[in-house]
Amino acid sequence: MEQNRFLTLLKQALLTFTVSLVLFGPISGLVLDGFSFRNELTRAVLLAAIVTAGRIALSLVGMTAFGRSIAGKAAGNGSGVTVMTGREKSPVLILALIFVAGLALPFFADKYFLGIAILALIYCLLGLGLNIVVGLAGLLDLGFVAFYAVGAYLLALGAQYLGLGFWSALVIAPFLAGLCGMVLAFPVLKMHGDYLAIVTLGFGEIIRLVLNNWLEFTGGPNGAPVPTPTFFGLEFTRTAKQGGVPLHDYFGIAYSADYKFWFIYTVLFLVVCLVVYAVERLRVMPLGRMWEALREDEIACRSLGVNHVFTKLTAFMLGASTGGLAGVFFAVHQGFVNPTSFTFFESALILAIVVLGGLGSTVGVIAAALVLTILPELLRDFAEYRVLIFGVLMVVMMIWKPRGLVRIQRPAFFPSTAVKDSDTAPLAASPEAAR
Amino acid sequence: MTAPLLDVRDVTMRFGGIVANRNVSFCVERGGVTALIGPNGAGKTTMFNCITGFYRASEGQILLNGREGPQDIGALMTKPITGGSHLVTRAGIARTFQNIRLFKEMSVVENLLVAQHLVTANNLVSGIFRTPAFRRAEREAIDRAYHWLGEMNLVEDANRLAGELPYGRQRRLEIARAMCTGPKLICLDEPAAGLNPSETRELSEVIQRLCSEHGQTVLVIEHDMGLVMRISNHVVVLDHGEVISDGTPEHVANDPAVIAAYLGVSEEEVEA
Ligand SMILES: Nc1ncnc2c1ncn2[C@@H]1O[C@H](COP(=O)(O)OP(=O)(O)OP(=O)(O)O)[C@@H](O)[C@H]1O
Ligand SMILES: [Mg+2]
Repeated sequence: MEQNRFLTLLKQALLTFTVSLVLFGPISGLVLDGFSFRNELTRAVLLAAIVTAGRIALSLVGMTAFGRSIAGKAAGNGSGVTVMTGREKSPVLILALIFVAGLALPFFADKYFLGIAILALIYCLLGLGLNIVVGLAGLLDLGFVAFYAVGAYLLALGAQYLGLGFWSALVIAPFLAGLCGMVLAFPVLKMHGDYLAIVTLGFGEIIRLVLNNWLEFTGGPNGAPVPTPTFFGLEFTRTAKQGGVPLHDYFGIAYSADYKFWFIYTVLFLVVCLVVYAVERLRVMPLGRMWEALREDEIACRSLGVNHVFTKLTAFMLGASTGGLAGVFFAVHQGFVNPTSFTFFESALILAIVVLGGLGSTVGVIAAALVLTILPELLRDFAEYRVLIFGVLMVVMMIWKPRGLVRIQRPAFFPSTAVKDSDTAPLAASPEAAR
Repeated sequence: MTAPLLDVRDVTMRFGGIVANRNVSFCVERGGVTALIGPNGAGKTTMFNCITGFYRASEGQILLNGREGPQDIGALMTKPITGGSHLVTRAGIARTFQNIRLFKEMSVVENLLVAQHLVTANNLVSGIFRTPAFRRAEREAIDRAYHWLGEMNLVEDANRLAGELPYGRQRRLEIARAMCTGPKLICLDEPAAGLNPSETRELSEVIQRLCSEHGQTVLVIEHDMGLVMRISNHVVVLDHGEVISDGTPEHVANDPAVIAAYLGVSEEEVEA
């Protein structure tokens, strides 16, 4: 028995060592030096040894009772969906606390932290939007960043050519992005899974390439400036540039560049709250239910009279609209847009947020968005390893929490008391009659 | 005499060289149970798919005599842009599947609510602001869902995941879901497949109740001859895609062609 265990451990160690040596050999062992290379194989061997030691340590811990209980716990609760009992405490108090805390943040945070918070909220918006498409409706969209770009460039170019301001862009962006979503989606929604993913991936790249190459209109790689926001004619710049009054003059206070960030943060926070509310409502609305039903089984949906093309289209459009909103905030926060902000990596990041959060879970998506934007900032010192840490995180997640960080809870429904009392068949209200 | 609810006329269905149905004609009378039987691969499910609008029949016509007069199923499907099998359901034909197709990760009630999407308020704005009209429609839909759960003896499972239910209950849930669309004709594809004898008995009671209490017209595919003989008023037998017999259960059970093609072996087993 003991002998046996020791043997398996040895086998594991050997395997790990070989695999990591094969991996690290070319990556760290050969260092390019001009046109030739130096041989630093000892480094690779060292790295492989470290990995092997880690593997053995893991195995040893796993053999103890403590380790086994941890592994059991981690694997046990990864099993997806539950239905609520209808007796859960209402989370209103916690939500109210979070809301107040969120609104109060600008008073405590410095400019740097506020910047991160704005970025995190923008990714929340993007995550929520993509969550509608991927998490709820089950349509894999790899080009989501295109709608983000549409929103951002709407503000930049709209200001340049049409004199649009922040507020009008904020209103128009969801519609324009939704329209783009519709134009893209209509011909491709009859496709399934992989094909849809490839078409959307292509669309994302097309938008980026157009922005990059249409020099006269978009400014190409040089990008386009974005005007600062205004608030009822008050401006956040030192001197008025858009025909309004500077905020600090109006209130007779000293000028500070922070006001602009406070303003953007507050508006963004309110918009995120609204979107969260809308998304949460959607999940208990017929439309949201139809999306989820489509994700579960399209054929069954058709057999129930659901128009699958239109239903998917609405999901695509609403998702795109949310992405467009996020784009406007991104543009106004940066004060400048150029095509490098809208690469495929960005789409992948947003998708990672949705997958990590647990497809379909609003709380999960928000948590994942916060983690994935704030973590890199905290890990500035390890900036070079950011993508590596990302990858490790993803792999670990897929092993232990394949259904995402947060377990999805489905709402419970109970009949109204009228039915319980009198057992009259509500057949009179059959669909025919109601129609 | 009123026209039959469903009139299948000379339907032929080809998949490339394979002819799954050849010149099939039969009628489904209102308020009764019509059974479609036949050996494996006879083309029963294919016929169902034509009736419920999942396939477009290569030749022939399928007419549904609803309230708005006769409607051609094929024409509904091929309508430009908006056409498709969902229109057939809206015209009043609901179905279940040979391999259960529930929304497994949604709760039982939600499964039934999806089926009622035509009567709930689908408007985005009304849902987000929870207008009174929205809430009333939603409440009615939930009550109707519970009504059908009651009919199918599933009330205690209302707030469980559909995928967690035992097999027999999933079968009944699928019937409840189809009934929630308010159909004129419900098509059940092998509802007793994989059920144990007591579940089968329960199922036959459920189907009989649908007919007697709700006046529901049922078209059912089934291999369990005991069940077919017990519940049906009218039996159509398919073999190699063709109708070989059509009539009352007694007539069909004694038809030599049917005994030769389908019943033969089991009859002998009963006698032995
Ligand atoms: N989509 C398809 N493409 C090609 N051939 C098909 C298709 N669907 C069915 N068939 C063929 O049509 C014939 C009839 O199949 P069908 O599924 O209708 O049989 P069935 O009567 O329902 O049998 P069972 O009792 O086993 O369910 C079979 O030979 C099958 O191979
Ligand atoms: Mg079949």
